[in-house]
Amino acid sequence: MAEILVMAEHDGGAVKKVTTELLTLARGLGEPAVVWAGPGVTAARDRLAEFGAAKVYVAAGSEFDDYVVAPKAELLARLAADRAPAAILVAATQEGREVAARLAVKTGSGVLTDVTGLTPDLTAEQQIFGGAITVRSRVRAGVPIIAVRPNAVAAVPALPAAVPAAVPALPAVPAAVPAVPAAAAAAAAAAVVVADAGLVISEAAKAARVTGRVREQRGERPQLTEAAIVVSGGRGVGSAEGFALIEELADTLHAAVGASRAAVDAGWYPHQFQVGQTGKTVSPQLYVAVGISGAIQHRAGMQTSKTIMVINKDPEAPIFELADYGVVGDLFDVVPQLIGEIRRRTQEAR
Amino acid sequence: MDIIVCVKQVPDTGAERRLRREDGTVDRDAAAAVVNELDEFAIEEGLRLAGKHGGTVTILSMGPERAGETIRKALAMGADRAVHVCDPALHGSDALVSSAVLAAALSRIGFDAVILGSESTDARTGMLAAMLAERLGLPQLSFASLVDTDGERISIRRLADYGYDTVEARLPAVLSVVEKINEPRYPSFKGIMAAKKKPVQTMSLADLGLDPAMTGLAASATEVTGFASRPPRQAGTVVTDEGAGGIGAAEFLAARMFI
Ligand SMILES: Cc1cc2nc3c(=O)[nH]c(=O)nc-3n(C[C@H](O)[C@H](O)[C@H](O)COP(=O)(O)OP(=O)(O)OC[C@H]3O[C@@H](n4cnc5c(N)ncnc54)[C@H](O)[C@@H]3O)c2cc1C
Ligand SMILES: Nc1ncnc2c1ncn2[C@@H]1O[C@H](COP(=O)(O)O)[C@@H](O)[C@H]1O
Repeated sequence: MAEILVMAEHDGGAVKKVTTELLTLARGLGEPAVVWAGPGVTAARDRLAEFGAAKVYVAAGSEFDDYVVAPKAELLARLAADRAPAAILVAATQEGREVAARLAVKTGSGVLTDVTGLTPDLTAEQQIFGGAITVRSRVRAGVPIIAVRPNAVAAVPALPAAVPAAVPALPAVPAAVPAVPAAAAAAAAAAVVVADAGLVISEAAKAARVTGRVREQRGERPQLTEAAIVVSGGRGVGSAEGFALIEELADTLHAAVGASRAAVDAGWYPHQFQVGQTGKTVSPQLYVAVGISGAIQHRAGMQTSKTIMVINKDPEAPIFELADYGVVGDLFDVVPQLIGEIRRRTQEAR
Repeated sequence: MDIIVCVKQVPDTGAERRLRREDGTVDRDAAAAVVNELDEFAIEEGLRLAGKHGGTVTILSMGPERAGETIRKALAMGADRAVHVCDPALHGSDALVSSAVLAAALSRIGFDAVILGSESTDARTGMLAAMLAERLGLPQLSFASLVDTDGERISIRRLADYGYDTVEARLPAVLSVVEKINEPRYPSFKGIMAAKKKPVQTMSLADLGLDPAMTGLAASATEVTGFASRPPRQAGTVVTDEGAGGIGAAEFLAARMFI
């Protein structure tokens, strides 16, 4: 069976949810082989195996975080040449898209982004114009490069009967670079073969150097584009302080926080949390819009959410057109009561 | 410091946007056309950098004849001149092909920095800057929310999900910007008048030394095989808060197993 390369996204070894979604998709297409850039693969092995990875190609160097995008594209291009995969899957995150973009140029292959579904014959589904139109598309040149939107596919663990795969023979693995010992993690992940990709990053890929990293992540919340639940606040929230209420609701639901552009422009919440046409596109199981009117540019970023709940005091607000459940009321009454009731119910359940 | 800003004409988000039934490409005649919003931020940044370091700002746009309107608006904001890549053979080009055409044009014009928007509102691939950097073999400084340069070295804040990275490189480089970076100016009346006289050079594929057979719908590495309007969402329940709105909302969440 042909390999499907899956570019892992991880945070120092913690596998991101979207990677388990990609693996779930890849299992229906061929033999999933994970591409792992950076340290941490030992800790991640079990998780990757759980979702059906048969192999892991590792380039364990710490340099991947030191340069913008290009080294990862180089790693994938190298593996694409060595392994002749049937397709390459990446997450349609900011970085994932850019890796896909450079890879497409390197390999002369077609690239589809923001894909929400994929059939076994590699026909992709995309939602365009803010979800108004569903498009089916295909790559017809080179190895299909598919960037899949986080949250579009449910991650399902693989069946336990994983058959041990053959050790992949990689050419040009420098003898001095030892392969990650595959035997170490003996348990369930034993079937996963880990091989060193033997990549030496070129000078050309080091042209844009990362000299500092500032984390503005607020609390321990899930990442906006990955979260199963997103609670967003708009101009109706009224102030930066008001966003504490949005955050509190988000935390009771284990949700990520989003914001409309009006709230971001007012300086109440940082820009990387903006949802919409010029912000992030989210597709969670549940989207809660609080004090947001539902301008078309905002909808463009959240319209494909599975369930939508709205809290807004204006019954004419267009966002109600999208609501599975809407409350017409003042958010400063409704949200605290909602938080209290969720807490009461979850405590009772315990 | 000579700067090229890549500007795309897109259908207005507010208008009804359609695909052409014949070939699944964006119907660029159907909707009102506007400057891709993020490209206005790119133009503004170009004007500021050129203002500070001297040099010219050239607008580069690939698109049908109608894109001329978009080019005039960019010139009215203050850019010096423009190159319009316009050729019937370009119709239906995907991101990979577009990047090849833009890269060829950029190489012909010459520059110290290229600035793009980080995403277009119609294609929304957000891939062009990375593709151009790869094709031109230049540093990729994308998703910039802050740019600082002395004319030789350049550093940006690269916006990311977790916050931002500081990234450094040597010019020439390819940049893309996010809307947080600046406040685009409105064209003044004087600017609009002046724009009418600014040079716009139209270039065909032949002018760029490109083979028409390598571009357009047929040569693109991706194809649309079908499309359909999404069925409208089913109307939900809307209740007015009369003191128990939050309780009702919690009940809904519990019924849907969210809590
Ligand atoms: C090219 C372009 C790109 C854009 N991109 C984006 C984008 O990416 N994301 C985005 O969000 N917007 C974007 N916009 C802006 C968009 O058009 C709207 O202006 C914006 O979404 C409005 O934000 P809002 O809903 O928070 O504010 P408003 O439209 O002002 O709505 C506020 C809502 O809060 C309600 N409200 C007020 N007080 C209360 C209260 N106490 N309790 C309950 N409800 C209350 C009001 O009834 C109102 O409906 C873009 C615009 C343009 C032109
Ligand atoms: N046809 C085009 N002509 C000029 N610039 C373009 C064109 N298409 C895309 N761009 C640039 O690439 C950026 C990103 O577009 P996209 O990759 O389509 O999301 C835009 O903001 C423009 O700066």
